[in-house]
Amino acid sequence: MNGFLHELRKAPLTAQFGCVVVLLYIFVAIFAPMLAPFGESEVVGYEYEPWSAVNWLGTDSLGRDMATRMIYGARNTIGIALLTTVIAFVVGTTAGFFAAVLQGWVDQLLSRAVDVVISIPTLIFALLLLTIFGASVTSLIGVIALIYATFVYRIARAVAMGIVVMDYVEAAQVRGEGLWWIMRKEILPNAAPPLVAEFGLRFCFVFLTISGLSFLGLGIQPPAADWGSMVRENASLITFGDLTPLIPAAAIGLLTVAVNFIVDWMLHKASGLKTRGK
Amino acid sequence: MTNQDTQLLKVQNLQIEGLSEDRWKPIVKGVDLTLAKGEVLGLIGESGAGKSTIGLGAMGYVRDGCRFSGGSVEFDGVDLTKADRETRRNLRSTRIAYVAQSAAASFNPAFKLINQHTEFAVRRGVMSRDEAQRDAIDLYRQLQLPNPDEIGFRYPHQVSGGQLQRAMTAMAMACRPDLIIFDEPTTALDVTTQIEVLSAIREIVEEFGTSAIYITHDLAVVAQMADRIMVLRHGNEVESADTETMLNAPQEDYTKSLWAVRSFTAEEKPEVSEDAVPVVSLKNVTAQYPSMAQPVLNDISMSFYPGRTVAVVGESGSGKSTTARSLMGLLPPISGDILLNGEPLAPQFRKRSKAELKSVQMIYQMADTALNPKQRIRDIIGRPMTYYRGLKGKALTEETRALLADIELEPDQYMNRLPSELSGGQKQRIGIARALAAAPQLVICDEVTSALDQLVAEGILRLLDKLQKEHNLAYMFITHDISTVRAIADEVVVMQHGKIVEQGPKNAIFSPPHALYTDLLLSSVPEMDPTWLDRVLADRVSEAARAYLVE
Repeated sequence: MNGFLHELRKAPLTAQFGCVVVLLYIFVAIFAPMLAPFGESEVVGYEYEPWSAVNWLGTDSLGRDMATRMIYGARNTIGIALLTTVIAFVVGTTAGFFAAVLQGWVDQLLSRAVDVVISIPTLIFALLLLTIFGASVTSLIGVIALIYATFVYRIARAVAMGIVVMDYVEAAQVRGEGLWWIMRKEILPNAAPPLVAEFGLRFCFVFLTISGLSFLGLGIQPPAADWGSMVRENASLITFGDLTPLIPAAAIGLLTVAVNFIVDWMLHKASGLKTRGK
Repeated sequence: MTNQDTQLLKVQNLQIEGLSEDRWKPIVKGVDLTLAKGEVLGLIGESGAGKSTIGLGAMGYVRDGCRFSGGSVEFDGVDLTKADRETRRNLRSTRIAYVAQSAAASFNPAFKLINQHTEFAVRRGVMSRDEAQRDAIDLYRQLQLPNPDEIGFRYPHQVSGGQLQRAMTAMAMACRPDLIIFDEPTTALDVTTQIEVLSAIREIVEEFGTSAIYITHDLAVVAQMADRIMVLRHGNEVESADTETMLNAPQEDYTKSLWAVRSFTAEEKPEVSEDAVPVVSLKNVTAQYPSMAQPVLNDISMSFYPGRTVAVVGESGSGKSTTARSLMGLLPPISGDILLNGEPLAPQFRKRSKAELKSVQMIYQMADTALNPKQRIRDIIGRPMTYYRGLKGKALTEETRALLADIELEPDQYMNRLPSELSGGQKQRIGIARALAAAPQLVICDEVTSALDQLVAEGILRLLDKLQKEHNLAYMFITHDISTVRAIADEVVVMQHGKIVEQGPKNAIFSPPHALYTDLLLSSVPEMDPTWLDRVLADRVSEAARAYLVE
């Protein structure tokens, strides 16, 4: 932990800003029930009330408190995006390493299957699958994780391919080590830096996809609060010059920027790029 | 003519610093050198001595993350450390040239050789494209490249390493520079190829009266090439003198220690008794890569006995390492047998039992890629102990400590380090320890010393010899370095094109008469005598003439 704080102090300002924003979001997501003035789907007044001392950001189309829903939205949107990304990485990385170590027909089979999935536009494929499986949180997570696992697969396989040819992997294979040991002990630690950076980036995409799906009505279902659907539900307010619907959109934007700042910093560190000597 | 007129390069108190971990550290600490027109200066020293940095510095160039921090580099009256970019650029392409260690990495793979050759001459307006091409072909001819009219129109991957190195020398000559820096041009080449490149370089340098700085770590090579030798260590000059004096009467202790080539020789061992069972033996092994039409190994037979070393020698592509891979079960033979203690081994390593795998261990050439950079030393060495011998907890720690002490590394200091926190020689020691951790019977050493400096390599050879005696190990020692073979081998196997040319006890192989190829291999190993190259070339010419007359 001390090491991390030390690194952070040396990090560029953008990365520090990113860390602060992300930590703030996480804090809000975890302590949502304590921070929020009302219940998540509690109707507290008339529709579309303006900003006031009671309802800080006014109320939405059903008379629920906007500020409360913003806070709970952090929990739903970030939580689901995080879970989805983690699943995508576990599945994608395992399959990618699998293909890189075994090669031959296993690699061919997995890689071509992934090619097929990638060749279909992400959002359209997600819409299709969600229509088939129904728009529940479980199927949302499953479908998005599957789609994003294919992208993770490709990078994990490429990184692992470079590691598999190393003598130390050959040494482990000739020693008689099993597949799992080679993937976990020989490849994973060496593939970690680019994968971690990729994690940050993919998290943003997953987050945006979920928000997008929610906006289309296929993501997180009401009455659960999430930022994507909050934009949709209140979008008509913009025509009256009220900026409230833009606040959840801004929250999405800010998180995306913050995560990207952190990822940028990590990518630089992982690639070992140094500032050039003058 | 005064001394001033003939001086081409004058480096005074040159200091270069490099950035490491956010701090500037000196790499070159005040070196003086002068180079007269037509003179060849040899820079010699171990890795990290600052040879290449000085070589590049003499062109007014420093690598990324380095800077000139003092002194001057005066080339024909211009101080290159202070000259502006444009002046330096113009000098570099036309009057100073550079020949890099790895021609394969230095040529652009996407362009034909001759186009890269003529690029500068044409762009600087020295000559027209046609003239430059004709000149290139002349140079190729002078450097004895095969098919000089046609070879320039090939891509770098279509010619061999030695040819590429000569093409690069030709390219350096394109504008007839006054100074060429040769940075270890033959280090990556086989001895038989090296000799061709050396003679080609020397001839062309003499013909055009070019001055040169010749950087190498190989004394015998520098003895052939240089008029004067400078010995470097840790960025300082140790001493310098003309070649003759330097070879015969070095002043400094460090130089003497470098000169004392291979002071180490393993003691002779008794003959193997008739009824001894070899640990491992190969019987008429033939192996083939599935994608290739020809087998890479042809009818290979050899045996390894406890406590004895079999050295396998040959040039790159001769099948030395492939033999080891076949033995390890990485390239299963298509015919022939591999026996372990008289019992047949499965050709595929995946089909071999744990006990069988344990018996044969391998030490790799490049310790950098052979050790997992993310594992600590205790895990690297400990894993084979746990895996093969079931050691855990306290017993494992104790055994690891004992093994580290065995390879002469202080256990407390090294147990928890990562490979990146070790020097090259120490990494190779860990590679050895990992092989020993399995308590094997046969250890395959694949070029284990060829990436190391001479003194460090010798330490490794001593260690291997000590461990062999302690554990009664059989060694398969793969190398292209004849002097290493002389130092440690009991038996020698000479390979070429995937076949065994000659095999037998060391003394029999090294005393005449030997097979034609063995003769070529042995005579190509540079000797410290500065007249060696002339002698060998003269011998070969007269032999060729004799052969021609006989026909």
